[in-house]
Amino acid sequence: MKDLISGLNKAFESRIRLGIMSVLMVNETIDFNTLKDMLNVSDGNLASHISALEKISYIKVTKQFIGKKTNTSYAVSPIGKKAFQEHLDALEKLIKGND
Amino acid sequence: MTQEQRDHLQDLSEIRNLMQRSSRFISLSGLSGISVGICALIGAAVAYWFVDGNVNEYYVAGQLFSRGGANYPLLTFIAIDGALILFSAIAFGIFFTTRKARKDGLKVWDLSSQRLLINLAIPLVAGGLLCLIMLYHGTIGYVPPMTLLFYGMALINASKYTLNDIRYLGLLEILLGLLSAVFLGYGFYFWVLGFGILHIVYGTVMYFKYER
Repeated sequence: MKDLISGLNKAFESRIRLGIMSVLMVNETIDFNTLKDMLNVSDGNLASHISALEKISYIKVTKQFIGKKTNTSYAVSPIGKKAFQEHLDALEKLIKGND
Repeated sequence: MTQEQRDHLQDLSEIRNLMQRSSRFISLSGLSGISVGICALIGAAVAYWFVDGNVNEYYVAGQLFSRGGANYPLLTFIAIDGALILFSAIAFGIFFTTRKARKDGLKVWDLSSQRLLINLAIPLVAGGLLCLIMLYHGTIGYVPPMTLLFYGMALINASKYTLNDIRYLGLLEILLGLLSAVFLGYGFYFWVLGFGILHIVYGTVMYFKYER
């Protein structure tokens, strides 16, 4: 998944995925609507990026019932945290690099 | 800097922005602080005038509950003055902060503001209840120090969920609270300092730091 030359993670190529990870890094858990408001994206768009991140186990999804409504909350997994940190390091290195 | 590097830089600044915006309530306006302080000063001035400058809390308490029964005009006045200060301070505080959030295109009522309020409320409610209990036991003198101490601790607790500057305001309130516990009987003046002057100074500093 990682680009060997730059160290950048292909999973984070989309701005929305970067955004999801940023929010999850500083919040223990967060629900769908809060995430949607924060990132200013449509339901479908957010859902597809979330499932992509879930598929590679970067985020954990918890579904629970509050009354009759389902409430889905998201949290970052340890692998996801590590991957995101490495991605940030790579970004930083690229910016500092040859300018 | 290449175009690619500019993109990366843009990514990083967006990440930082989202991290801060999603974990802290950053729309708190300095003008809110100033208006809260002014409300407190006006309320204090009216109270000072009403009791002819006899603002020593032991004297006031003695006036309130003398052997002849409760002094209802004074009791009513204190209740109304207190309620007016509280409501006007909250109203102005909300007004200026809502205005700032709108200007920045942010929401006022979201996860971050809810977290801020809950964490502010926990020590504040505990302190408020303790003050009521102390009034019940008749230990009037320690009520002003406790209000300042618990308010300071509430601010320090809340500072993790908003602009970190609130922390220093909290520390100063705690310091004032401790000082007022040394100088019992001067609670009124410590209130004026802690809830009036400090809010105005702090709000002004915040206004020039973040909103100019």
